[in-house]
Amino acid sequence: MRIQLFGTCLVDTMFPETGEATVRLLRHFGVEVGYPGGQTCCGKPADSGGYRRESRKAAEHFISVFERTDGPIVIPSGSCASMVKNHYPELFKDNEPMRQKAEMIAGRTYELSQFLVRVLKAHEANLTGKGRITYHASCQLTRELGVREEPLLLLQSLDGAEFVHLPHADRCCGFGGIFMAKLPEVSMALADEKVDSILSTGADTVVGCDHGCLMNIADAIRRRDSAVQVKHIAAVLAEGLR
Amino acid sequence: MRNLASGIPFRDNAVRALNNSTLRRAMRNATETFAINRAEAVAALPLEEWRDQASELRLRVLDNLSDYVSRFEKNATRAGANVHRAKDSQEARGVIASILKDRSIGRVVKSKSMVSEEIHLNDYLEEQGVTVVETDLGEYIIQVAGEGPSHIIVPAIHKDRRQVGKLFAEKLGCEYSDDPAILTGIAKRVLRKEFLSAKAGISGANFAVAESGSIVIFTNEGNGRMCTTLPPLHIVILSIEKMIPSLADLPKFIRLLPRSATGQVITSYTSIITGSRKPGESTGAKEMHIVLLDNGRSQIATGEYREMLKCIRCGACLNACPVYRIVGGHAYGSTYPGPMGIVLTTLLDGMERAHPLLDATTLCGACGDVCPVKVPLPQLLRRLREHRVEEGFTPKMEQRGMAAFGTIVRSPFLFHLGQTAAHLLWPAARRLGPANALDRLPRPVSTTFREKVS
Repeated sequence: MRIQLFGTCLVDTMFPETGEATVRLLRHFGVEVGYPGGQTCCGKPADSGGYRRESRKAAEHFISVFERTDGPIVIPSGSCASMVKNHYPELFKDNEPMRQKAEMIAGRTYELSQFLVRVLKAHEANLTGKGRITYHASCQLTRELGVREEPLLLLQSLDGAEFVHLPHADRCCGFGGIFMAKLPEVSMALADEKVDSILSTGADTVVGCDHGCLMNIADAIRRRDSAVQVKHIAAVLAEGLR
Repeated sequence: MRNLASGIPFRDNAVRALNNSTLRRAMRNATETFAINRAEAVAALPLEEWRDQASELRLRVLDNLSDYVSRFEKNATRAGANVHRAKDSQEARGVIASILKDRSIGRVVKSKSMVSEEIHLNDYLEEQGVTVVETDLGEYIIQVAGEGPSHIIVPAIHKDRRQVGKLFAEKLGCEYSDDPAILTGIAKRVLRKEFLSAKAGISGANFAVAESGSIVIFTNEGNGRMCTTLPPLHIVILSIEKMIPSLADLPKFIRLLPRSATGQVITSYTSIITGSRKPGESTGAKEMHIVLLDNGRSQIATGEYREMLKCIRCGACLNACPVYRIVGGHAYGSTYPGPMGIVLTTLLDGMERAHPLLDATTLCGACGDVCPVKVPLPQLLRRLREHRVEEGFTPKMEQRGMAAFGTIVRSPFLFHLGQTAAHLLWPAARRLGPANALDRLPRPVSTTFREKVS
């Protein structure tokens, strides 16, 4: 099987190791990974900021890059995957040819954990892990994509790791893209509450599927001088490949 | 060029709230309790089916709003009520003030009503020399404190019992206590006297039944029933979208609203009042007036934000909202706070005043999940942000940045150039830029993923 990887601009610019982990992971399951070179950003920052015109430009570009490829599009981010799956068709609701293209692209798109569980059955693959792990359920992944079980199945399947549920796991961490810049005090207060929950579990690692949330949480953890590690699910799973 | 300064100062308000540890503790305890109670109350019920039914019904009402309003007006009049239509706040206040003035009434008891807050009724009546006594306990507390409600159904949610104890001791001259039972007793004694001597009662309504001309009030303390039956005159202030077609539709909301609001299976009192007291009846106001407030709703009902008018004011979206939960309602500087409040305030008051409220959401979607009538709040919030941009109510810097994004995002070359620049300029940007945000992000890498993968 061949998939197309959309790395996301955050992974590309700030967390390349997550991209590499994603590739390793997919290859482990015999998947051939394509990486369309023209890709940039899905447009989510403009979209949630209300900049529909710019958001549409990003969508047009994404579609033009990926429509030339075949196979599933895999994205290691719930919010970017939801942007493509849920928002692209809406952005072109008054442009029928584009809307149809957007629907086609949306139909091919998977968030990483969703793809790993539904298509590759990675949760049955006996991957290994270590330590005490908890999981933050990011907003768009959970509520827009409806991906609630998949990351849990993956993390709970790890041999050698102990999984603990995070209280209020699906409560917003306060990232919200442009929100963190506009209301930094509120954003930090929310991240602080998230860290309280994380610390209450006694976990040594908190895992998520969205680097936006993860960097917000990592910052709040750093401010507490806590040693809890913040990791993308791709990194945790790739570490456990035998 | 828009002047952005006339907007509600949400950020300043929020920072003040965040520094108020009593408020934060009270908010956390209350919203947590409501959220847990709600989850328990709706578990094992065909909630989705109920929500769909309620949503469809509310949409049907909005599709034919003017018909339902006319039918309600006709049937309420037939039942003995005097129905007044008010196109805006000023008209509504004027009607109520003149009813009281014509009868030389200088003191009224009042049951909680958010529509009365929307039209700033109390302030206006006080200016006209009418003393208004709020009789819902929470509402009474904030009236004594000189504040507005911070939650649409729990007006004093931001206060703890020690604050109420101090407030009562200071303003009512009683002995300090932080025992809720004692404090409730104190308020009860004050309010009982008011109920028994009042010449008029003012109430809102949760629903208005078109077929029968009845108004419906859900309360927990019984004060609503006192206000509407003890005084000889009852004035109802009601916004037009509260219509439901018939009494047969009411159970749908009796089972949904309290469960969504506080997690109660039903409120302690459900009052259905159909017109004034009739010959042979032993209770009820002898004279009843119903003021139907439009205040822009007829127009909203035909536009793209019409689904906002499905709202039944349960407050579930407030309790679920991460932002509301930690800053409380006063930070919104508006009658209606939280997710429903952001949308409604923008629609009622306009973008110029409300635009900063559109920042007060992470678009996390929690509000949409709990809404009992499926108001698509996350979608409405996002759409309003688009309107805000279209109308020019975002900072110039942000507009330029986003315009640049629109160009860069279509060019892999410029995009990569931007990444390199971001890496190189990061230290300088952190010193000069919006430090609050940049300080919290890691530095862009020197070798991007695309370079590594290709």
